[in-house]
Amino acid sequence: MVALTAAIPGDDSKMNFAVLQFPGSNCDQDCVHVLRNVLGHSAWLQWHKERSLRGADAVIIPGGFSYGDYLRTGAIARFSPVMQAVVEFAGNGGLVLGICNGFQILCEAGLLPGALIRNRSLQFRCEHVYLKTVAPDSPFTRKIPEGRLLRIPVAHGEGCYFADAATIRRLFANRQVLWQYCDAKGRVSDDASPNGSVRNIAGICNATRNVAGLMPHPERASEGILGCEDGRLVFESMIEALTERKLAVK
Amino acid sequence: MNEPEITLELVQKHGLTAEEYAQIRAILGREPTYTELGIFSVMWSEHCSYKNTRPLLKTFPTRSPRILVGAGEENAGIIDIGDGLAIAFKMESHNHPSAVEPFQGAATGVGGIIRDIFTMGARPVCALDSLRFGDLSSPEVRRLFAGVVAGIAHYGNCFGIPTIAGEVYFDKSFDGNPLVNVFCLGVLRHSQIARGKAQGVGNPVFYVGPATGRDGLAGAAFASQDLTEESAEQQRGAVQVGDPFMEKLLVEACLELLATGAVAGIQDMGAAGLTCSTCETAARACTGIEIELSKVPQRAPNMTPYEIMLSESQERMLIIVKKGREAEVQRIFDKWDLPWALIGEVTDTGRMVVKNHGKVVADIPAAKLANEAPVYHREAREPEYLKSTRAFKLDDLPDVKEPVEALKALLSWPTIASKNWVYRQYDHMVRNGSVVCPGSDAAVIRIKEDSLPPLPENSPERGQPVPEKYVAISSDCNAAYVYLDPYEGSKIAVAEAARNLACAGATPLGVTDNLNFGNPHNPELFYQLKEAVRGVGDGCRALDVPITGGNCSLYNQNPSGPIDPVPTIAMVGLIEKPEHITTQWFKDDGDAIILLGDAVDLLDPLYGLGGSAYLQAVRKLKTGRPPRCELEKEKALQEVLLRLVRSGWVKSAHDCSEGGLAVALAESCISQVVARHTPKLIGAKVDLARIKGIRLDALLFGESQGRVVVSTGPEQAEAVVAEANRHGVAARKIGVVGGRNLRIKTAHGTFVWKLGEIHDLWWNSIARLMH
Repeated sequence: MVALTAAIPGDDSKMNFAVLQFPGSNCDQDCVHVLRNVLGHSAWLQWHKERSLRGADAVIIPGGFSYGDYLRTGAIARFSPVMQAVVEFAGNGGLVLGICNGFQILCEAGLLPGALIRNRSLQFRCEHVYLKTVAPDSPFTRKIPEGRLLRIPVAHGEGCYFADAATIRRLFANRQVLWQYCDAKGRVSDDASPNGSVRNIAGICNATRNVAGLMPHPERASEGILGCEDGRLVFESMIEALTERKLAVK
Repeated sequence: MNEPEITLELVQKHGLTAEEYAQIRAILGREPTYTELGIFSVMWSEHCSYKNTRPLLKTFPTRSPRILVGAGEENAGIIDIGDGLAIAFKMESHNHPSAVEPFQGAATGVGGIIRDIFTMGARPVCALDSLRFGDLSSPEVRRLFAGVVAGIAHYGNCFGIPTIAGEVYFDKSFDGNPLVNVFCLGVLRHSQIARGKAQGVGNPVFYVGPATGRDGLAGAAFASQDLTEESAEQQRGAVQVGDPFMEKLLVEACLELLATGAVAGIQDMGAAGLTCSTCETAARACTGIEIELSKVPQRAPNMTPYEIMLSESQERMLIIVKKGREAEVQRIFDKWDLPWALIGEVTDTGRMVVKNHGKVVADIPAAKLANEAPVYHREAREPEYLKSTRAFKLDDLPDVKEPVEALKALLSWPTIASKNWVYRQYDHMVRNGSVVCPGSDAAVIRIKEDSLPPLPENSPERGQPVPEKYVAISSDCNAAYVYLDPYEGSKIAVAEAARNLACAGATPLGVTDNLNFGNPHNPELFYQLKEAVRGVGDGCRALDVPITGGNCSLYNQNPSGPIDPVPTIAMVGLIEKPEHITTQWFKDDGDAIILLGDAVDLLDPLYGLGGSAYLQAVRKLKTGRPPRCELEKEKALQEVLLRLVRSGWVKSAHDCSEGGLAVALAESCISQVVARHTPKLIGAKVDLARIKGIRLDALLFGESQGRVVVSTGPEQAEAVVAEANRHGVAARKIGVVGGRNLRIKTAHGTFVWKLGEIHDLWWNSIARLMH
């Protein structure tokens, strides 16, 4: 396990990420590895029973099966002490990214609209997919070059994004849909989606654009040795946005 | 509480013979209690005692300078991989439970093998599964197949372990008796090896994990009987129910606990549950152990001592704690919200004493129970069927007329077709270590700092950088070969596993084997087992790979007959540098295609067609002598291949196995996947016209051993051929990568396959059969 640390005050070039650790989280160490060892920032595992976020600049809610996904994916995690702190942090404009199970938790906690239901195939799917970035104007997508498709793996059984028609219309109108599943040529087709999400939605953000969730795993596509580095763009977007904020405060 | 009277009938119901019962009475010096009878029956089952196989297993090569914990010492073997790091790995079967309840049977198989690994102090980092099912045209087989895959996916995905490799074979002999062999590999520092020993007289014994229920009662004994038509109904209660979430908590808590240094011994409660974990830990430490059953958390009311001792409820651990450090243990388990109980202590009596509300219900010498199970030297007799299969000649079989259709049929044959229907259901990427995912000859996993268990607060190793390591894994066994020649077929299983590792750029480190056979009381079936063990041993000795542990599953038969014998070989190797990691698919247009090894074994009268996929899939024949396995040649080939890989010349390497050279070439063209619905297809022009005087079916589909298709840059082709020849390995340039087709020119004509079409057949055949 990665040693617990806390925010490093004073160094504005190093961002501080709290990676939440619920019982049953299993992508927590992967996120810490990428943020710390690949991107060179500070990251630590934040135990679910803690109420403080220890001065984090941003929060990552990683993938896994929090609380075993009993009842409903993400349904129990939202009541944990650390999620109280995350709700408050998000309310103050803090950046929060939920990946896979983290996306499900954010929806359950009401920080993001809609829900993630079982894949239409009724089977778990683990494979690389292509993503089209729909809204480049967010802290999670700002560094993604226009027209560039991302190739990132998914691994989930319940990743089919669902919301009522009015919500979907609002999400698109407000540019809250960040990513859609597409094929290698950028076409948003039924075949390109691994789970049957409404309008191929892969990731969204809230109306204030500081909380985002996506089903694909950018932390699994951040190193050349794993065959793909597109996922880094998501984290690097966040880092750029955070850097800008720190400079603005000064 | 009234316990049943011990009668000969009751003894037999427990799977014990009259002689074994006499031995029990001699050990105890009295009649056993009902609880004691139950305890002996599970500990002396084949599953726990290896009573029918021990004399054979002793012949395996088990030594190597790299071995830190050897076969049979502990729950899993451990091998040194340099820089103070080590890997623990093991394979185990869950065949019988999966036949009765495929989802939970397979899921708990995964749970059990993961526990075996973290019991050693290692962090589990990847899993592999070797599966065998009947003919997919049967709805019942499809139900078993879908259930087993879903069960493995459920447990592995939720736990968070990448299921990164495996194999799936389909054959009628597995109808109703599927094989589910699951493998787990973990990583640790040399300083972190934990032991399953009840050390330190007076040390408290903790029970950790969920409460004990009536599920999985005597599962080990059930696994040591033939499956019958009634098994499904009668034995469902012997199948356990798994909870991967609980297991995830257990692994994190146990690794955190081991780092405190407060643990004197640790063992999971797997087969034979509380019984096995208590008597084995005491036997290993030459101590005794005393437990009080009323303190054991119980899920069901009014459980008897017999039931508590024999339950195989999942996700439970037995932990012996250093006296005085109980509070540290309690703090960690409370942090992870894990149930725990203090149930007993280590004694110096050498006895396993079980009390219930203070009353002794079992009092047995621990070492005699754990180690002195009877040993049987069973009779072996060459099976009758071998006479006719060995007599098979090609003379009556006309050569292939439609080679284009034959290759399509082979690529669509479920045993050869892509297994993406299976592995896309497994999370094979979690933990950020999957460098080569399922779909190449061997999977490759990266070991990095967070692959390791946590260190103690004051450890001098803390903060020291951990060098990255690359480990390749493959599992292999062609059961048709073993059926047709148990000795030769088993050698091939070892040779092919090692060849797959060499194709990935890895030097073999060790083997864990899983012997799946029929009833050992049948001399013909015991012959298969005996010859297979000889073949595996000879193969491992010749290739210099030790066996570090494994598992035996006998009694694999149902009313319609025994399974084809399957000595599954899971082999692990080390890749020196990341640039040596090699995959099986062709890379660039213009690259040269080179065949290493003899194109055809001219001394084999069947030219590699005996037992081949071609005979089975196209000619509907499972007969003949399987290909010869020349271990010296195999070793030379693999050494040359590794030398070439390290020289940086090899762009792809794929071994010829089921379906022969034609399938190997086709797979080299179509097996690279970029993303969902996005394969990377790359053609090839191959010229075999100079190989004359050989049947076309043998040339294209013969399965002669010791062959690898490699590709290299055009300017290195000559050097690659020369280097191979210099080391006595045949090599020839057979073609060029490029184009939209696979084109093979032979002395019998030129044949062309469209890549899109053969990719579709290969990639989608299993999915089509399942819908």
